[in-house]
Amino acid sequence: MVVLGQLLLVHWFCMFDVVALVIVVQHNARSIPQYVTEAITGPLTDPPGVKLRKEGLTVNHPVVFVPGIVTGGLELWEGHQCAEGLFRKRLWGGTFGELYKRPLCWAQHMSLDNETGLDPSGIRVRPVSGLVAADYFAAGYFVWAVLIANLAQIGYEEKTMYMAAYDWRLSFQNTEVRDQTLSRMKSNIELMVATNGGKRVVVIPHSMGVLYFLHFMKWVEAPGPMGGGGGSDWCAKHIKAVMNIGGPFLGVPKSVSGLFSVEARDIAVARAFAPGFLDKDVFGLQTFQHLMRMTRTWDSTMSMIPKGGDTIWGGLDWSPEGESFKCGAKSLRNNSINSMVQNENINLEDNVESVNFGRIISFGKDVAEAHSSKIKRVDFQDAVTSVKLPNLTTNCDIWIEYHEIGNHRIKAVADNKVYTAGSILDLLHFVAPKLMARGGAHFSYGIADNLDDPKYQHYKYWSNPLETKLPNAPDMEIYSMYGVGIPTERAYVYKLNSGTDCSIPFQIDTSAEGGIEDSCLKGGVFSADGDETVPVLSAGFMCAKGWRGKTRFNPSGIRSYIREYSHAPPANLLEGRGTQSGAHVDILGNFALIEDVLRVAAGATGKDLGGDHVYSDIFKWAERINLLL
Amino acid sequence: MASILRFRKLYYVDQAVKCSSVGFESLDQSPKIDQKLDKKEEDVISANNLALGINKRKRAKEWRCIDSCCWIIGCLCTTWWLLLLLFHCWPVTLLRVNELPGPGARLKREGLTALHPVVLVPGIVTGGLELWEGKPCADGLFRKRLWGGSFTELFKRPLCLLEHLSLHYETGLDPPGIRLRAVPGMVAADYFAPGYFVWAVLIENLAKIGYEGKNLHMAAYDWRLSFQNTEIRDHALTRLKTRIELMYITNGYKKVVVVPHSMGVIYFLHFLKWVETPPPMGGGGGPGWCAKHIKAMMNIGPAFLGVPKAVSNLFSAEGKDASYLRAMAPRVFESEILGLQTFEHVMRMSRTWDSIISLLPKGGDTIWGNMDWSPEGHVCDFSKKSHSQTSLTSVLHSSKLPTVDSKLSGIFSNECFPNLNISCGEVWTEYDEMSRQSIQNVAADKAYTSTTLHDLLRLVAPKMMRRAEAHFSHGIADNLDDPKYNHYKYWSNPLETKLPDAPDMEIYCLCGVGLPTERSYVYKLSPSSRCKSIPYKIDSSVNGEENSCLRGGVYFADGDESVPVLSAGFMCAKGWRGKTRFNPSGIATYIREYRHKPTTSLLEGRGTESGSHVDIMGNLALIEDILRVAAGATGDEIGGDRIHSDILRMSERINLPL
Repeated sequence: MVVLGQLLLVHWFCMFDVVALVIVVQHNARSIPQYVTEAITGPLTDPPGVKLRKEGLTVNHPVVFVPGIVTGGLELWEGHQCAEGLFRKRLWGGTFGELYKRPLCWAQHMSLDNETGLDPSGIRVRPVSGLVAADYFAAGYFVWAVLIANLAQIGYEEKTMYMAAYDWRLSFQNTEVRDQTLSRMKSNIELMVATNGGKRVVVIPHSMGVLYFLHFMKWVEAPGPMGGGGGSDWCAKHIKAVMNIGGPFLGVPKSVSGLFSVEARDIAVARAFAPGFLDKDVFGLQTFQHLMRMTRTWDSTMSMIPKGGDTIWGGLDWSPEGESFKCGAKSLRNNSINSMVQNENINLEDNVESVNFGRIISFGKDVAEAHSSKIKRVDFQDAVTSVKLPNLTTNCDIWIEYHEIGNHRIKAVADNKVYTAGSILDLLHFVAPKLMARGGAHFSYGIADNLDDPKYQHYKYWSNPLETKLPNAPDMEIYSMYGVGIPTERAYVYKLNSGTDCSIPFQIDTSAEGGIEDSCLKGGVFSADGDETVPVLSAGFMCAKGWRGKTRFNPSGIRSYIREYSHAPPANLLEGRGTQSGAHVDILGNFALIEDVLRVAAGATGKDLGGDHVYSDIFKWAERINLLL
Repeated sequence: MASILRFRKLYYVDQAVKCSSVGFESLDQSPKIDQKLDKKEEDVISANNLALGINKRKRAKEWRCIDSCCWIIGCLCTTWWLLLLLFHCWPVTLLRVNELPGPGARLKREGLTALHPVVLVPGIVTGGLELWEGKPCADGLFRKRLWGGSFTELFKRPLCLLEHLSLHYETGLDPPGIRLRAVPGMVAADYFAPGYFVWAVLIENLAKIGYEGKNLHMAAYDWRLSFQNTEIRDHALTRLKTRIELMYITNGYKKVVVVPHSMGVIYFLHFLKWVETPPPMGGGGGPGWCAKHIKAMMNIGPAFLGVPKAVSNLFSAEGKDASYLRAMAPRVFESEILGLQTFEHVMRMSRTWDSIISLLPKGGDTIWGNMDWSPEGHVCDFSKKSHSQTSLTSVLHSSKLPTVDSKLSGIFSNECFPNLNISCGEVWTEYDEMSRQSIQNVAADKAYTSTTLHDLLRLVAPKMMRRAEAHFSHGIADNLDDPKYNHYKYWSNPLETKLPDAPDMEIYCLCGVGLPTERSYVYKLSPSSRCKSIPYKIDSSVNGEENSCLRGGVYFADGDESVPVLSAGFMCAKGWRGKTRFNPSGIATYIREYRHKPTTSLLEGRGTESGSHVDIMGNLALIEDILRVAAGATGDEIGGDRIHSDILRMSERINLPL
């Protein structure tokens, strides 16, 4: 028995390590000697850097990377007693070793102040600076490293590359207020342009970095003190191209489920990255609550709430993707070749399931599929005002806002049945008023009627492409580069959680499954085409329609290009994360994308690359969206 | 990855000890994992059987297969976990030991907070270098540190590494196909090797009073290049300028405090001139730039007037501690690794580094003394001196020894060993191009002072000196207004430039004293008839009497083990004191000396009161001074001059028109 006990105990401890080792081995497959890999997979193709160097490409335009949420490293500069000895050690990114040792302390230091969204007193966690900030997220898990290595092949180095690392937990304007990150970025770009003979920079933002850079472009031309005072031609003078990779221009539905109940199919972005450590064992049984408390202090998560409301994302009974969109991995994988053919035929098929992506949250599967006229809805806001608040029993260990709203309200939320992109904001305001009040000061999710309205000079509109004009820079180019062919969360089926008082009251109803085999509904989540995180609609719409030609959002007619990369999973384990991946982060190792980036950095224009390169139905969907341009 | 690797390494050490029959060559190749696991099982079983005393039970009962399996898995996991735990605990406990109760926390309680932005300028050797493009032999090292860090690559492929660390012999820039660049950011020089701090202690204390990335900057540069070349190749000076301007603006128009160390001091002197000079040679900041942006320059262990060590390094790639390099990475440069030609290899590499030339003694005989006199006079019992203040009379007294005197002031004294055989060339050094006759001639000349020394180097290494003298000058200016002094090669020599017009600026010389520091050498011709050897060698058999300055062929003077106090203190003590021709606007100067106290126990690590060249960065008194100035204090407020050595007396003896 003793032996068995010891064995179990030990086993439990080392589980993580074994898993970690396997992951590392897998991710490090490239460090296996080349002859071994070649023996197994056949001769390797040259990485794009080597190939293009043979073609004669060399350094031309300086390059700026803007990392996205979660992928940037954060290090400790000042902490409480429990974090002793961690000075200038990475709390986020790297090995996450501290998380195992002192999880509660870690969560405390990673949280921001609940009221201000800035540092809590006595704690200073700051972004790691330099290329190391986001080249690898964890050991062996590359983010920018492959792209950097390929750029270096054609001659790039530290003086021509710059990682605009920022604290991704803060709201965008707060990065300037606290760290002067935007000023630094401005000064660095100016420096690079000056020291490289006046060559304008190519900016490569990824994920949330896309929104951050949109914010930057407005900030830099706005006069001080709110803006950077660069003058109205700053962007024209300093930026050659913005190559957005996997940009959630119009937000991601995932962030809603993240804010609403800290879950999603892959249980939030954070857990997707570090699967082992956010398990229940680490935090005890209240993982979700701890996690929710921490992530809800991060203003930046609110930058990715779906923007544009029903106009963009669809209402109760329609969605731009239409009912014809065919889900299921099979068709998605093949669509690189015959997507257009398929879509023409698709209307003729009889057994197409009626999918309505417009309802981002529905309570119950039947509700999700029924026609809107058949749903009995009770307006939750009325319901609540008529009911007195009961005595609140806040004897829970971890405080979250749900404990303050009371059961009646929670019931009322569920009674309303269906929420679209527009009403989801009301919902969030309702269940988390403080959070949304803080977020509302920094972000906006609407569509501007009149862009010349002076109110749009406020910084909270700057990261919303539907409420700002692009800068006056006709020679600039905007690329939207994203992966397609992977089912991406688009809408959810929820249920009430019948657990104890202290748990989160809402939960994705994982029992909700679609009827037919290729159904879009799996485990309570409706999926659409995308890169696993950002739906095509969000990544592509602005470049496909919103900014195409001279529109009111793009008054100077900046050229926009869409470059889609169809996902092909790695053929075997040795390939690591693949060279043709279209997944949100893995796409940074996609050879076709890297080649595009290298060519533009070496001086090519969008036309030289071949203009648009589209697999999905984004143009068709964009047409269905009735947005005044 | 790092943690796993480290772990594996630990494990391997273990392995190698226990079953030394199996030798693994490389540590990080994944396919070997399987093999390793097998090995580990066996090892673990035997270890556990012994340790837990299971042997008897095992023999007594018959074990079923499943039991063994359980045991194997269990033990495997235990060892794995224990080692992992050990590894995870290790750095923390190590840190606890090293973690010093620095003045940061105390000063914070006093109410000091971050006020002026701080710029750190690292010195030679301490900054990390990483690979951006290399030859096939350096495959897989992209963006890995070749210099600094664990130096593992140096053990694995020493010759490849030396090739990559060398610069082009003619241009002093990158050799074709190789790009080695400075590591940017704070990590560039916080620790030189794991556990060997450089700036880390200072950074931590600054952080305690509120410093962070936005108001603390490490101006990392490629320390192998000549100063102007760092601008030409990497735009390092422009970057520094932009960064200072940015910090000045974003921190509410507070001027910066610059903290250069060692060679960083002359690098920053160069910057001061560069930034105010109009383009294209300079940065075009205009004549008021320094006055507007810089509050104080706090030079730590400044090598203003050069270090004699650089001479022995260039001349024969050796010194008392066999040069900086070998001091830092002692095992690496031992002869086993590079074969028998270590010195030659190292010399070949270090002679391509222009920056070393910047450290040659400046000012010639006027500063460093000639055949028959030297400003120091004679005080060699530093150990004694650091405990009891020596009276002035004893200094004068001991200087009445004329025979020793002539040797001290000559930087070299040669004794002849004339059987040489130089003809074959795998490792090329410029010595190979010299005839035997001229080598002997060098030795026949017997003694060289710091002026004739340059002639000597020109003789033995003409190409190197030609390259380097385009970037550095080592003289004394007669007339500072001569337009030739606008050339950048004079900018790093304090005796050939004027300080900027910035009357509110302050200059501090923070130097360690009380350690014997190399000052001059006794050389001999190398007796070896082996080909390719360096023909000169320090004659380590020469020893003076007890308490003499001469030990092992090297004469010592007071200093911080690398920089003699004369070089570190003279400019602040005399050259720039008040309004002089070198300091026309009368920038205030302060000398702060820190007397070396050796550590009392091993646990103290490198000590909190050290005065030695690099360890002084962990000296609490020095850190406190820097923190106070950064928080707004002036030189007078922290106590003005604080002098332990004879620097004022020495300066007086130096006859330099001011």
